Amino acid sequence: MINITELLQFRWIAVWQRHFQVWLKQIGAALIGNFGEPTLVLLALGYGLGHFVGTIEGIPYLTFLASGMVCSSVMHTSSFEAQYSAFTRMNVQFTWQGMLATPLDVQDIVFGEIIWAASKSLVTVMAIFIVAAGIGAILTWKVMLALPVLFLAGVCFASMAMIMTALAKGYDFFLYYHALLLSPMMLLSGVFFPVSQMPELIQHFVWMLPLTHTIALTRPLLVENTLPDLSAIALHLGVILSYAIVCLSVALKLLRRRLYQ
Amino acid sequence: MPDIKKPIISAHQLTKQYGNNTVVNSIDFCVQQGSCCGILGPNGAGKTTTLRMLMGHVLPSKGQLSVLGWNIPEQARAMRQYAGIVPQQDNLDPDFSVTQNLSVYGQYFGLSAAEIQERIPKILAFSALEQKADARVTTLSGGMQRRLSLGRTLINDPQLIVLDEPTTGLDPQARQLIWQRLRQLKNQGLTLVLTTHYMEEAERLCDDIIIMDQGCILEQGAPRELIERHIPPNVVEVHGVDLELWHQDVAAQFELHSETIGDTRFYYGYEVAPFLQALNDNPELRYLHRPANLEDVFLKLTGRDLRDD
Repeated sequence: MINITELLQFRWIAVWQRHFQVWLKQIGAALIGNFGEPTLVLLALGYGLGHFVGTIEGIPYLTFLASGMVCSSVMHTSSFEAQYSAFTRMNVQFTWQGMLATPLDVQDIVFGEIIWAASKSLVTVMAIFIVAAGIGAILTWKVMLALPVLFLAGVCFASMAMIMTALAKGYDFFLYYHALLLSPMMLLSGVFFPVSQMPELIQHFVWMLPLTHTIALTRPLLVENTLPDLSAIALHLGVILSYAIVCLSVALKLLRRRLYQ
Repeated sequence: MPDIKKPIISAHQLTKQYGNNTVVNSIDFCVQQGSCCGILGPNGAGKTTTLRMLMGHVLPSKGQLSVLGWNIPEQARAMRQYAGIVPQQDNLDPDFSVTQNLSVYGQYFGLSAAEIQERIPKILAFSALEQKADARVTTLSGGMQRRLSLGRTLINDPQLIVLDEPTTGLDPQARQLIWQRLRQLKNQGLTLVLTTHYMEEAERLCDDIIIMDQGCILEQGAPRELIERHIPPNVVEVHGVDLELWHQDVAAQFELHSETIGDTRFYYGYEVAPFLQALNDNPELRYLHRPANLEDVFLKLTGRDLRDD
């Protein structure tokens, strides 16, 4: 279970700070990765494919693609951080062990990891937004509202990924998660084409996944004059938040058992 | 007023079971303020589990435990603010320099930047790492990393330091320096609890020894006390050609207690001068005369079988 009182002591910020300080040391490589890849994908698919597609659901394809990509990048960045990087700190470098020797508890460490993963994915988001704005894919300042939404999505995906970290014996274990969950989500949740194009059965399935709801929330924020109605916003946020809370609780339970024996 | 020091650690019927496997079996012990307590035992004796229970990292199955006045495990988090741990395996942060390792660790304790900056030079001096302040941790030798691990525990100005095999794998010079530093900390009034496989380390550093085997405490007390209680003061180790023959013909008349381990016979006694004279008369035999030590006690209590588990 999540212990709110201990969370509100904000000790987990020290964990976030540590990761941020490490990230600063390799900021050059990190930013080149953050800017380089989305630029290439947006240029290649957006201009190349966009030339044939024109608009989807009244949205220019470049904008449609940018809004989908930003969401899938959040998913990938935070999942990667909460799995490969967190596992390294838990089982290879024993950084967590060192933290547990201080007043930090498992919950502080895990929550610090998750907030860090979400923060890191927000850097990716900003890189994509800057590139997308540069090539005219973002049509409104409303896009700033997407930042808190995507941060929450980062928390959600990191919490989901952390369950696998809690169960992992080695890095190979994460391939199941990537092959069986992340890849289907990326291809089916409306990143490259609308969900409504899919057979009905698959539509039912993808609307149970958090990435679909993240995209549904984010996409209208890149376009002028569109905003989903409030009940739809509440539903999408509710799904993402529920995933985050349930998965964080499960991850904490598993990791307490793993680390406290 | 009598000078009664308050116990820093007190454990009562402390027990840890995993399923049917009892790893620590109802142990009782106290550690006094300002003392150094050594926990000795073969592999699988329950030493590390006991240490981990002290820190709140393993939840006891039964018993009461208090550390620095806090109930463990309930208040372990608050207790750790005033304690330090040197783990068996170094977990320094490879991404950071020596100084950054210290400052990041200080952040985990919620210390202010000013407090951390004030303590870092002292810790560098204590760890003899002033020249390496800006070096990456991965470039340090094993001994230096160990010193940094020990120094790092001082960042929160602890009252208690727990060390799990602090000198395992170090060369003699590096061990000597760690021993010096541990004595220095003890002289400053810190309480130390350590586990070790090295008897001479325990004998040198510890005021109190707890000998554990198979989850139970076999014996506890000051090193000299334990030796006197279990082993006569003189030990003569003898090996050589036809040792057993000589033992029956000559040694038996001295009526010393003895036992054979491998190709060596250990003789224990109070008065051994005539026995040594007899040994000198036999050039085929080689011997070592030495005072009884903790290793004799340890082997007597835990047996001489090899422990591979």
